[in-house]
Amino acid sequence: MAEGFAEAGADLELVGITKRFPGFTAIEELNLTIPAGSFFALLGPSGCGKTTTLRLVAGLEDPTAGRILIGGKDVTQTKSYQRPVNTVFQSYALFPHMTVLENVAFGLKRRRIADPLGKAHEALRLVELDHVAQRKPTQLSGGQQQRVALARAVVNRPALLLLDEPLGALDLKLRRQMQIELKDIQQDVGLTFLHVTHDQEEAMTMADTVAVMNKGQIEQMGAPEELYELPKTAFVANFLGQSNLFTGKVTSTGKDSFVVDVAGTKIEVPRERAQRHAGEVTIGVRPEKLMLHTVAPKAASGTNVIGPGRVSDVSFSGVSTQYTVSVPGLGEVIVFAQNMVFGPVVNTGAQVWLTWTVDHGFGLADDPAEAPRFEPDTDTKSIAVQKREKLEEELEEA
Amino acid sequence: MAFGAFATSAPVVESAPRRRSRVALLLLLPGIAYLALFFLVPLVSLILTSFQEKTPGTDIGVYSYAFNLENYAFIFSTYGEHMLRSVFYAVVATVLALLFSYPLAYFIGVTLRRFPLLQALALTLVIAPFFISFLLRTLAWKQILSDEGPVISTLKGLSLLGSDAHFTGTAGAVIFGLAYNFIPFMTLPIYTSLEKLDLRYVEAGGDLYASPARTFFSVTLPLSAPGVISGTLLTFIPISGDYVNASNAFLGSSETAMVGNVIESQFFTSQNYPVAAALSIVLMAAILLLVSIYVRKSGTEDLV
Repeated sequence: MAEGFAEAGADLELVGITKRFPGFTAIEELNLTIPAGSFFALLGPSGCGKTTTLRLVAGLEDPTAGRILIGGKDVTQTKSYQRPVNTVFQSYALFPHMTVLENVAFGLKRRRIADPLGKAHEALRLVELDHVAQRKPTQLSGGQQQRVALARAVVNRPALLLLDEPLGALDLKLRRQMQIELKDIQQDVGLTFLHVTHDQEEAMTMADTVAVMNKGQIEQMGAPEELYELPKTAFVANFLGQSNLFTGKVTSTGKDSFVVDVAGTKIEVPRERAQRHAGEVTIGVRPEKLMLHTVAPKAASGTNVIGPGRVSDVSFSGVSTQYTVSVPGLGEVIVFAQNMVFGPVVNTGAQVWLTWTVDHGFGLADDPAEAPRFEPDTDTKSIAVQKREKLEEELEEA
Repeated sequence: MAFGAFATSAPVVESAPRRRSRVALLLLLPGIAYLALFFLVPLVSLILTSFQEKTPGTDIGVYSYAFNLENYAFIFSTYGEHMLRSVFYAVVATVLALLFSYPLAYFIGVTLRRFPLLQALALTLVIAPFFISFLLRTLAWKQILSDEGPVISTLKGLSLLGSDAHFTGTAGAVIFGLAYNFIPFMTLPIYTSLEKLDLRYVEAGGDLYASPARTFFSVTLPLSAPGVISGTLLTFIPISGDYVNASNAFLGSSETAMVGNVIESQFFTSQNYPVAAALSIVLMAAILLLVSIYVRKSGTEDLV
């Protein structure tokens, strides 16, 4: 199976995959199909099971239950070296006792492919590192090592290329460059890419399909725009960008939309953009869809109005300004406004009203009782993620 | 050179201030004095002794300084066989110890990694024999492997060995004893290397189409080479000079005498100090030569 270069990418199919480690379940009944030639991103916080999924596909772990099919062939029972799969490891895992060139040629030699060194040089030229071919990996910078790791995997033309947070250690500029290079390589060779990351921006810019993973299960899957514009769960709404979420009772239902009473404020949501249409529901709207008004706007059909509220925080970020508005009964609402004029439009303490087009709202599938209230602050979120990582490391060690 | 295997290649700091180097020199002084007094002086004395000649008209064991190369000519013509035998035994015993120790070290350093308590216990077991004098242990083996001992008599009983077969006193018994006695010296350095081995390299090998055997020879073994080299040196060098296992009183016989046994008998029995000294010098030179070729060939400098 692992002989010769793959002619094209292969489908990857996971059927009912479950993976249990002593003490916890990493993945529960995961079903996933990734069509050949696609760039698929598995997005989720640390510990959501995405890396375990990748390791299962690579053959570095055995599933507790379920089957893995690559190009229609069941590879569940095969070992990693028998699978037409290559991985770009998060830690690069470049062999320290071999030169860069030997590292890249390693897989080719194992498969007895003609002219391994020539092909390795070619792959190194692709990542613009042919001039360091004779050096040892430890003599390279982190970014260079990452590119060597990429070359070492891509040179084998695997039917399926697995990327485990491969761009994590790069600075922004190099990251962009590598993102474009990766995309180019993928389009040139038509391989199937499975990309695991916790970076939502990376997932959205690179992948044609994104699956958001949480607690060992896929929360939602689709094209990046689709996921962003129409999140179905509070987790997706907050992990992929930011969202303003409100919870209330459905009071009246029209033909195309229904109205939710959130602490006295009536908010209209389109029926087809909502997962639940009766009872207690959670609805949301993206911060950039909101408009700030300093005078009370006239009620108009097709527009939701909330307010008045007070601006509690203004944070200027160049392209846009993020306003945090405290609205009585609704809590904090975040607004992104593009900086069409110089500087912020309103200052802290100003009285404002917020409006948005009804079509931009969305309704979530979560049971509101369970739906967690997410802190929109990304900093605290990253702290939480780090804490979680630490806890899991300790769990693993124990 | 020869001991490069033990040193990690630390970057040389060129621009350290002068004063610091003086302090460093001062700190090195006790070590230098020790080496001069207990290594250099005895070595020079040994070399001088090796050229001594018998003082005419005196009793046995009285020699005077001279430049007498006859001692060397004598040992090469008389004890060449013993030297070759020493090297042969040392190589075979080292290889046996390596073949036994590597899997053991791998088991302790890699397989038991997830069970720190078991790992500590296993390491203790490797070191445990040191709590009993190796003379006693070697004597115990002599008992176990003797013609009336449990091993040989059982094998004879099963007709796997002829009735007149014996093991003690043969080359096999000596090599067995040598390998047995030095296994901890082989196991510990290899364990140290394997214990640090990043298993992600092994995974990467599998990911790049290398079978487990291929991954072992291309990834695991080269990455543990510093331990293997240290271990083989710590085993080979003392085995080459060993005189206990091969002696009559232990596992050997007069047919298995190694250089160490000849030196011992020349020194204590014949009281021929110049010949004993010359033998020591030749043994030392031979070990240095073999070891430096070995270290050069195995190219440890590049290892991380």
